[in-house]
Amino acid sequence: MTLSAPAPDLDDMRAIIAQHTGLEGPLLPILHALQDSFGHIPDVAMPLITEALNISRAELHGVISFYHDFRDTPAGRHVLKICRAEACQAVGADALAEAALRKLGIDWHGTTPNGAVTVEPVYCLGLCACGPALMLDDKVMGRVDGAKLDTLLAEVGA
Amino acid sequence: MKIYVPADSAALALGADDVAAAIMAQAHARGVSVDLVRNGTRGMIWLEPLVEVEVEGVRHGFGPATVDDAGTILDGTSAKALGPVDELDWMQRQTRLTFARCGIIDPLSLKDYQAHGGLAGLKRAIAMNSTEIVEEVTTSGLRGRGGAGFPTGIKWNTVRQAQAAQKYIVCNADEGDSGTFADRMIMEGDPFTLIEGMIIAGLGVGATRGYVYLRSEYPDAISVMTRAVEIARAAGVLGPDVLRSGRAFDLEIRKGAGAYVCGEETSLLNSLEGKRGVVRAKPPLPALQGFLGQPTVVNNVISLATVPVIFEKGAQFYADFGLGRSRGTVTLQIAGNVARGGLFETAFGMSLGAVVTDIAGGTASGRPVKAVQVGGPLGAYMPVSEFDTALGYEEFDAAGGLIGHAGLVVFDDSADMLRMARFAMEFCAVESCGKCTPCRIGAVRGVETIDRIAAGDGTAIPLLTDLCETMKDGSLCALGGFTPFPVMSALTHFPDDFARMKEAAE
Repeated sequence: MTLSAPAPDLDDMRAIIAQHTGLEGPLLPILHALQDSFGHIPDVAMPLITEALNISRAELHGVISFYHDFRDTPAGRHVLKICRAEACQAVGADALAEAALRKLGIDWHGTTPNGAVTVEPVYCLGLCACGPALMLDDKVMGRVDGAKLDTLLAEVGA
Repeated sequence: MKIYVPADSAALALGADDVAAAIMAQAHARGVSVDLVRNGTRGMIWLEPLVEVEVEGVRHGFGPATVDDAGTILDGTSAKALGPVDELDWMQRQTRLTFARCGIIDPLSLKDYQAHGGLAGLKRAIAMNSTEIVEEVTTSGLRGRGGAGFPTGIKWNTVRQAQAAQKYIVCNADEGDSGTFADRMIMEGDPFTLIEGMIIAGLGVGATRGYVYLRSEYPDAISVMTRAVEIARAAGVLGPDVLRSGRAFDLEIRKGAGAYVCGEETSLLNSLEGKRGVVRAKPPLPALQGFLGQPTVVNNVISLATVPVIFEKGAQFYADFGLGRSRGTVTLQIAGNVARGGLFETAFGMSLGAVVTDIAGGTASGRPVKAVQVGGPLGAYMPVSEFDTALGYEEFDAAGGLIGHAGLVVFDDSADMLRMARFAMEFCAVESCGKCTPCRIGAVRGVETIDRIAAGDGTAIPLLTDLCETMKDGSLCALGGFTPFPVMSALTHFPDDFARMKEAAE
């Protein structure tokens, strides 16, 4: 998943929206599909969605802002999600996360200045018997230590 | 040569793909032909990646395997040889009903699935009427494995009796609790069992449509389930004519969007409808007015995935396992700081201490166990003095805890319980849906109050206790209502951690 966003094209967006309008409860699938294509939910998509689903702009904003997954601006080229939940904390996740943020010089939800990586907290990846765990884009990693983390950060060019 | 290398996320997270590639490369170099199966996990996560080589019908294990072990595994000289996997102590001591096929079969082979008892339950259900199907589930004693422990048969019967043009089966696969991964494991390792369970539910209550609401944090599970649905549809297991019964049932996989509260059933339904995942007040029950206002069964993955074995072996067979009103098996997920972590399925009734000490082998760090959080972020921290508590819904309730989704997170003596209590409040503040005040505001005040205690202000302790009472009694759902469990159990059982800072300040 590379999140360098292509220029939003209105016709592409309309096509993506139209693919889902027949579903029961189409809004989340539409938002996911748009984000998969453009790396975020582009502003110009809003009126297209509200019109297609006959909902208000406020309603749409309410939904987008409720969920952690949806972004109104593109993330870095890679998204690194570090688990902060209890099982990973029991095996040192806090120290790992602190080290990662310190090395990158950013805070949670921040993106490195070179645009290589955005770091997000995640509360459980279901890898609770092999923590500390993280997910780089869609790839999971367990028993992450300082060395593994350094390799990973070097690979993504952070 | 038949070789199994798991493609379960936990195995992948520990390098299973690289191990599989190395085995194929080494086999090629040796001129050996290998039939590689990417199975689910057996649940022994400390041995992952667990490579299995089939010799004369017996599967021999090697683990935890690395890329460097590939050659010796093929040559039969590996120092990581574990012997026949089925004879390992961990496997021998389990009663695998829900997870009988997980780690054994190719998850996406319908043929494998049927060869191991798959679809037998559905075929039996097809020959029954809806009343008989629901009675079978009631007799089995199955209770909601998501955490609430509500009798599944009673829920199904409410939906069965409701009159509506369209009813739904919604599977709650929003497994957000830390320390739990049973849902993920079965969806990745035996996806057809969940599909079969949902079809039987549909036949039982008269629903023709189903949804699996699967969290976005599980991309591997989403991919396996999506392909399994396509395969089931192509084979006529799902669709307008389920196994040529003349009955219809089809389902869709829906991806969540990172909100923990959507694991609460009414919030999940709102999310599925495309709304904010805000909790709904009950009544009306989802069983009567659920998805799009229609009668809806909302069940956890493990509850639904257990239905096929109940129909295959009979309700009484299942009910004969267990303790008191907790019938059947509990799928324990042993996690955190443990020597042997993973999934362990056993009849209800084993003591917490036996699981932590005997099965899990204590901590991974080798230090003494300090606390075990049972039931996810909303579950109590159980001290070693409560290790006699038997694993059962009522037994845990009596000990001031909850069994929840049966995840156990073990902490060694380096854990700071004040910090864990603060995290529970912080998590609640981040994930609150915002609808009710005790949760939305209470969690924020909770963090502040614990910070005061940390700074040495002991007068804040009664305030925290009072706040927890308010959250417990006044919250709309379990997020605000149960956050006091970890907080109060930490405070009650580990008062030293809450006093230490004060002494330091003095």
